[in-house]
Amino acid sequence: MSFLRRRKGSETSKSQNSDSHNDKQEKSKRKGDDESKRKADEEKIRKWSCLDSCCWFIGCVCLTWWLLLFLYNAMPASLPQYVTEAITGPLPDPPGLKLWKEGLKAKHPIVFVPGIVTGGLELWEGHQCADGLFRKRLWGGTFGELYKRPLCWVEHMSLDNETGLDPSGIRVRPVSGLVAADYFAPGYFVWAVLIANLARIGYEEKTMYMAAYDWRISFQNTEVRDQALSRIKSNIELMVATNGGKKVVVIPHSMGVLYFLHFMKWVEAPAPMGGGGGSDWCAKHIKAVMNIGGPFLGVPKAVAGLFSIEAKDIAVARAFAPGVLNKDVFGLQTLQHIMRMTRTWDATMSMIPKGGDTIWGGIDWSPEGGYNCNAKKLKNNDTCTARQNGNGDLASTKKVNYGRFISFGKDVAEAHSSKFERMDFRGAVKGSNLVNKTRCDVWTEYYEMGVGGVKAVADYKVYTAGSILDLLQFVAPKLMARGGAQFSYGIADNLDDPKYNHYKYWSNPLEMKLPNAPDMEIYSMYGVGVPTERAYVYKLTPASECYIPFQIDSSADGGSVDSCLKGGVLSVNGDETVPVLSAGFMGAKGWRGKTRFNPSGIRTYIREYDHAPPANLLEGRGSQSGAHVDIMGNFALIEDILRVAAGATGEHLGGDQVYSDIFKWSEKIDLQL
Amino acid sequence: MPASFNQFVTEAITGPVPDPPGVKLVKEGLKVKHPVVFVPGIVTGGLELWEGHPCAEGLFRKRLWGGTFGEVYKRPLCWAEHMSMDNETGLDPPGIRVRAVTGLVAADYFAPGYFVWAVMIANLARLGYEEKNMYMASYDWRISYQNTEVRDRSLSRMKSNIELMVSTNGGNKAVIIPHSMGVLYFLHFMKWVEAPAPMGGGGGPDWCAKHIKAVMNIGGPFLGVPKSIAGLLSAEAKDIAVVRTMSATHPCASLGRAITPGVLDNDIFRLQTLQRVMQMSRTWDSTMSMIPKGGDTIWGDLDWSPEEDYAPSIRKQKKIDTQVVNKDENGSMASQRKLKNYGRIISFGKDVAFAPSSEIERIDFRGAYKGCSVANSTCRDVWTEYHEMGIEGIKAVAEYKVYTAGSLVDLLEFVAPKMMARGSAHFSYGIADNLDDPKYQHYKYWSNPLETKLPNAPDMEIFSLYGSGLPTERGYIYKFSSSADCYIPFQIDTSADDEDEDGCLQDGVYTVDGDQTVPVLSAGYMCAKGWRGKTRFNPSGIRTFIREYDHSPPANLLEGRGTLSGDHVDIMGNFGLIEDILRVAAGATGEELGGDQVHSDIFKWSEKIKLQLLELLTAIAFWWKWPSPDKCLSAWMLED
Repeated sequence: MSFLRRRKGSETSKSQNSDSHNDKQEKSKRKGDDESKRKADEEKIRKWSCLDSCCWFIGCVCLTWWLLLFLYNAMPASLPQYVTEAITGPLPDPPGLKLWKEGLKAKHPIVFVPGIVTGGLELWEGHQCADGLFRKRLWGGTFGELYKRPLCWVEHMSLDNETGLDPSGIRVRPVSGLVAADYFAPGYFVWAVLIANLARIGYEEKTMYMAAYDWRISFQNTEVRDQALSRIKSNIELMVATNGGKKVVVIPHSMGVLYFLHFMKWVEAPAPMGGGGGSDWCAKHIKAVMNIGGPFLGVPKAVAGLFSIEAKDIAVARAFAPGVLNKDVFGLQTLQHIMRMTRTWDATMSMIPKGGDTIWGGIDWSPEGGYNCNAKKLKNNDTCTARQNGNGDLASTKKVNYGRFISFGKDVAEAHSSKFERMDFRGAVKGSNLVNKTRCDVWTEYYEMGVGGVKAVADYKVYTAGSILDLLQFVAPKLMARGGAQFSYGIADNLDDPKYNHYKYWSNPLEMKLPNAPDMEIYSMYGVGVPTERAYVYKLTPASECYIPFQIDSSADGGSVDSCLKGGVLSVNGDETVPVLSAGFMGAKGWRGKTRFNPSGIRTYIREYDHAPPANLLEGRGSQSGAHVDIMGNFALIEDILRVAAGATGEHLGGDQVYSDIFKWSEKIDLQL
Repeated sequence: MPASFNQFVTEAITGPVPDPPGVKLVKEGLKVKHPVVFVPGIVTGGLELWEGHPCAEGLFRKRLWGGTFGEVYKRPLCWAEHMSMDNETGLDPPGIRVRAVTGLVAADYFAPGYFVWAVMIANLARLGYEEKNMYMASYDWRISYQNTEVRDRSLSRMKSNIELMVSTNGGNKAVIIPHSMGVLYFLHFMKWVEAPAPMGGGGGPDWCAKHIKAVMNIGGPFLGVPKSIAGLLSAEAKDIAVVRTMSATHPCASLGRAITPGVLDNDIFRLQTLQRVMQMSRTWDSTMSMIPKGGDTIWGDLDWSPEEDYAPSIRKQKKIDTQVVNKDENGSMASQRKLKNYGRIISFGKDVAFAPSSEIERIDFRGAYKGCSVANSTCRDVWTEYHEMGIEGIKAVAEYKVYTAGSLVDLLEFVAPKMMARGSAHFSYGIADNLDDPKYQHYKYWSNPLETKLPNAPDMEIFSLYGSGLPTERGYIYKFSSSADCYIPFQIDTSADDEDEDGCLQDGVYTVDGDQTVPVLSAGYMCAKGWRGKTRFNPSGIRTFIREYDHSPPANLLEGRGTLSGDHVDIMGNFGLIEDILRVAAGATGEELGGDQVHSDIFKWSEKIKLQLLELLTAIAFWWKWPSPDKCLSAWMLED
């Protein structure tokens, strides 16, 4: 207001000035016409300056804007392509076009099973603060609401922390149809490239189905609440029936892989708990399952996410929406808010590493022990395997203790097991509440842990995959109680034990048998060559009142250049999210041939795609990427999928295609098969 | 600006807005019960591109129909090319695949801000509905009903989804809500699903009884729409004669016009606009499903029509409350008026339209020699078939002077033989004499309510919900157009007007009561009479209900399209209609809604239609049981 007033004042004074000028002008008018005319002209020019220049300015801005818009519209859509071609030579045909020229045609119907985070969620019923958001996307799309009303958004994205289902008065549901996960955000494809290539060889919506589900809740709850599994079953049956009995090719991605494992058990289980499809449903309806980047045995990242809501990139979410979840939006207590939200999501617990020490290694041993981080970085595609073999000795000189998932302090992470003392935390007294309850309304369960509890956790020093579960149960008993009813992380001794008929075992490949479908094929397709989080070095945070007491010690770095330890995170080969071991072990060994996990001898294939970063910025996310999500645009992977969809088998593709040491590492795992 | 700003202003002007029906009924304690299936009509469903020619690059999975229609402006010819079907088969042209959008987004909004199903979906969601118990049965509305199954498996999808929803909702049967052409599509579905497998869905004769609780038809053109004739004959209707928009061929003409004014005007297509539109829409088989059915028996002949005593001025004056009384008082007055010759759906010249039938000389056109082609052969890139008709043919058409519903089909066959040949393989427009004739098992009869039996499902209910109180096209006065080389030779004579102010003739178009697209007769007759009780069209005695919603325009501009509208598409936002649907979805029956709710003369008009409703044998038995003098006599004569 004051600003406006001041401006008004100055204007009036100006007009007074000009009035006095006018007076003078009148006097001078008598002197001579020519002179007065010239003066009048000058006056005009001076008067012109204030208001008109404003108009001119606005006009120019508008004109420029309009011009830019015009140019933008006039620019051919393929301009980036022109530039790219000029730099790197002509682009190869997209696989769809290439295979269409080879004469491939749509044959088997396709089912996509999206992973965590990538599927869109929309609001069906909300509280007052979410007015006007009915059937608008809360998750996916532009995330506009996150910026506009962050607290309201968190409230609606959270689930009830007792039941893991909807809080009262809120219904957030998955978007259905191909649009559910074709693009995660505008311009950020997930399934879109694959869909476009499939369309080239004749696919359309009658032969493609996106099995969208609410990725926040546990797998069985998607059926209880949304009948999502029944929908998948019904749609697969429909597509098989209307396509002349041709079986479907299922393409799960990321957590969708576990979801589909769950589905395969569910559909054959009898009716009250399962889908009642009978024991040959999979054999009748599924030709192949092509798992992309599947975290069969869990992801270490999930542990860091649950333990302290941080991983190298704040769980998966940061990878997708960089900056979305940063502190500025939520103001204070960012991490706790996110933690509260993600801890209500049961699905995150499906990705806790499974199989304990047998799979992931103990204190002094791990299957990937010989992995040399530097070798991988230096390698060329062709000489990769040779180099690694050659470097085998070198790597073994300095062994990385991958088995130690969480170590407190860098020295502990590197020391030999005999050199440190561990105090068991399991029975420890949690102690009185450290923090003031009223000031920490955020539900993270940490406030229930006193100083004693925090200290006990730190005193245990090293946690392996087996003790991680105990740790989480100690730190977050309510969360794990909810999760324990839905998921299981062990290894079955006897798969025929009737207890394994319970749904909580269905998504753990180490506690379930594959269906009896000898003609089916299972592919593990994943990227390699990107450093992937595998273990963490933690420290205690200074005890600020409402803060999470543990933090990754980002100062912990390996001494040498080729160390795998960077910023407190030990990394290993993988696709940036899922380590090779988790994605490949079941296909490479656990299910290979007739094992007890695979009684009917379903054939398995491993297809690895070596990561090559995009050559330049214009290529976007690259057509040879091996990163967890970007691999969905990898031409080689798309080609494989298209060939299988058009009728090829694993042998036609060329069997296994391996760049990492997955077979060597798998051999080291001593699992009864 | 707060999102609810509009609402504030409206409330300031007109007082508080009533609760939307969803909120109101939640307060009454209604809850989600029966799964709901939406069947959208013609034009309102979105279509997207799956494969196209080079000119459509970058449009993969973008909407060609619905949404912003941006491409119509950017590359009109390319757009028309991709929206057309093959004119021989009625299926995709080579190299082009345009497919229906699926999911609720297919038809919730037709264009940004222009709702179709969105209001209803929002209100259902208040009761607790979500995508697991709502299904949008979208289909490609350009192709014939059976072809949606052959090409896209649309009918199988609908069947599978209904079965899924019924089984996952504890066996609660589905409530089906078809709108506009979706009504005919769902009639087709009900026959298809029970028919045996190669042609039908193989669901068995009790599929509908097991899976459907009620069919709530909104604005259903059961017996066709006269507008479609004008669309097919000359690609114009009242709307297009004024504003040239493409949708004139469809019952949603007003919709198209409202949304895309000028989209298809001359400037975009440059020359030959109408022919382009005609070429495109004539390749759409589904437009032929809405040609008036039942011929003269239903729609009236030269001298008679069921609505002949309709006087719009009475309806204009009436208040809703006093309406019935008014009607009775004015009954005698109305009959004294000049009776309208609605039966003459097309007349050549205004004088012919009013003349008594004895004064009209008609020369049969059916065998007429079409003559050599007048038009310059360069016009032939536009496929309208008119260029194959010579002057003699055109003359022959005009000399027949008056066309009733029965002769219209012959006219179209004369004028556009190829198109009608394609159409007659998929649709039929007659009345069945004997419904048990095995020929009626063919799918081309399935969407004609006068040639099919309803399924055997005595617990099912059929509702006919439609708007009334709006002038609706019913007959046309045509003239020759000046014979420009490449032009369509017939045109609506826009100079033809009634003299008196309450006349129904304006700008060459006869109007009658309806929802601006579908006349009351077409929307209401089947439920008012054809299916009422146990008739031969409804052997299991499915209960039928008529719910009319009288049109009242929105009070002010801020109300948008109003909550009391009776317009063909705007009725989807009518609070009364939504409330009825919500109640039925929550478990109510037709009786609980209050049975019939009628504002028009539909029952009176239905009585006038002489259609045999009982099987011959049943009829005789009926006469014997309750003898009355004249019936006894006729029964006796029959026996003889």
